[in-house]
Amino acid sequence: MADTASRALARLDAAARGAPGLLRRLFGAAEQTTDDILERLLGEPFADRMSRVPLALGPAGVDPFGLDPQWAKYALATVAMLHRRYFRTDVHGIENVPSGRVLLVANHSGQVPLDAALLGAAMFMDAEPPRIIRAMVEKWAVSLPFVSLLFTRVGQVVGVPENASRLLAQGEALLVFPEGARGISKTFDQRYRLTEFGLGFMRLAMETNTPVVPIAIVGAEEQYVSVGNVESLARLLRMPSFPIIPQLFLPGGQLPLPTKYRMWFGEPMRFSGDPDDDDAVIDEKVWLVKQTIQSMLNRGLKERKHIFW
Amino acid sequence: MTASTERTDPPDSNATSSRPSASMRARSSALLATGDGAVLVTGICGRLGKHLARVLHRDRRVVGVDRRAFLDKPKDIDHAQVDLRRKKLKDVFRPGDIGAVVHLGVMHDPRASAAEHHSWNVAGFSKLLEYVAQFQVPKLVVLSSANVYGPQPSNPQFLTEDAPLLGGQEFSDIRDLVEVDMLAQGFFWKLPETETVILRPVHILGSVHNAPSNFLRLNPIMTVMGFDPMAQVLQQADVVHAIELALRPGIRGIFNLAGPEPVPISEFIKLLGRQRLRVPYSLARVVLRRMWALRLTTFPPPELDHIRYVCMVDDRRAREVLGFAPRVSLEDTVRSVDEGRW
Repeated sequence: MADTASRALARLDAAARGAPGLLRRLFGAAEQTTDDILERLLGEPFADRMSRVPLALGPAGVDPFGLDPQWAKYALATVAMLHRRYFRTDVHGIENVPSGRVLLVANHSGQVPLDAALLGAAMFMDAEPPRIIRAMVEKWAVSLPFVSLLFTRVGQVVGVPENASRLLAQGEALLVFPEGARGISKTFDQRYRLTEFGLGFMRLAMETNTPVVPIAIVGAEEQYVSVGNVESLARLLRMPSFPIIPQLFLPGGQLPLPTKYRMWFGEPMRFSGDPDDDDAVIDEKVWLVKQTIQSMLNRGLKERKHIFW
Repeated sequence: MTASTERTDPPDSNATSSRPSASMRARSSALLATGDGAVLVTGICGRLGKHLARVLHRDRRVVGVDRRAFLDKPKDIDHAQVDLRRKKLKDVFRPGDIGAVVHLGVMHDPRASAAEHHSWNVAGFSKLLEYVAQFQVPKLVVLSSANVYGPQPSNPQFLTEDAPLLGGQEFSDIRDLVEVDMLAQGFFWKLPETETVILRPVHILGSVHNAPSNFLRLNPIMTVMGFDPMAQVLQQADVVHAIELALRPGIRGIFNLAGPEPVPISEFIKLLGRQRLRVPYSLARVVLRRMWALRLTTFPPPELDHIRYVCMVDDRRAREVLGFAPRVSLEDTVRSVDEGRW
């Protein structure tokens, strides 16, 4: 009895003596440790992927648009956890994404733009070489403290055409949701039915001669089930919509439902012609992309056996 | 008017500006072709003006115009201590050997009244333009600023020369600076024989006493919490170099001037080794407004937008057409705000 007690004390003593070393290791090589933790959690060489992302960094370790790989690392690690563990995304055909400049055009859904985050995670974790995708944010987001800083550091840019052309000229992968807010705020009865596509992305693709990769994302529609939309409140609050999501009132329902995400990357589509042509002409080309995504969605839904696994 | 009286005062400024004498035109084209003739520099007594004068007077005759006295003036520089708005300014042009005008004499004193600003910057500059037209000066270089675009949340990351000049939208006190730029732009078509160059540099750093340099001289340096926009800076020596390049014959148009690669504002503070004080925007605005009212600061409250939003330029045109590339490194540019302080 006394023996075990003294042995326990001795072990405690040894642990206490080892503590400074442990602390030093914790603080001194904090970065190394976080990298290790990330790799252990994900079971994949995360830091190694980060170092292989093609980036044009300036003197402060930040690219001209303000993307900082140190920040992007933590953001990507978080979404990579969601991607691998929470939503357990199945990714198909990511090898279709050409290297160099590309427009990634996807369906938008799920009330909260987790589809964008997971697409970013897929392009980083599953594409070869790994890439950090760029998305465009609303200009009001840029006027919010911290939000603007975070968005900038993880590679998001203000949604103006000049930035889009410049990013493509830089050889980046640019994510576009042509449905915009109309798509993400759909009610549950409208799930997986594409809403009207904007034409801007097509003009951009034609102007910069950029391939368009159609992407279908299945699984996001069920993460938050919206049963209705209070239009008067939305108008009052100047929001695109005011969804009614019953699960939010349940304990723990604030988290998205852990549906299984499935992503299909289609063959790159190339378009030529005059980018300043009539809407009707552009619309035909946009229709092609929209139909491709819709049929990919339909096929994906048919293949899906269960929403959650 | 006979040929022998070409150096006398033209009888009526309007008549001569619309119908310049043949000899004047011939002389003007000769000056243009060789890039000779004196360079008239307005605002020569400012720190940037003095720096430019010292560089230019090695190769060309320099004539200075400023209402301030030029204290340690090199001997071969002629200085006319006149107010731009006075008729006396015309005497400087009368000898007819002015080959180029460099307009640096833009007043930007946030404490001066709007009326004073307008009268000096707009009326004074119009007067100068009038004489440039009347005496057929073949070259006009105007130092505007990238601030005429203004920091806005909706700005593209890099503004090109054809971006709208919205600087006065949130900060109405600088409308006269936008107007100076616009007046110079009007000169492109009003007087196509004169090669007009508008330079729009980003924040100029150095021994100059402008807002960005003064900002980086603060200790601690205040930043807005949750914002750290990318910014570009340019050393004053590089501005002088760009003006020299703009004076070459054949150069005309608008040029954005950017310095070394853009970095976040926090990087400037890191390079200077200063303390950083992060203040929430709402508090910063209230405090700055109070301090401004009490004359405790030289920063007008709207300038806070410069440390919240991007106002960066695309300098491709300057690199390709003007042949301009910054020579001073980022570190030296930023550290130069502490040089020559007294």
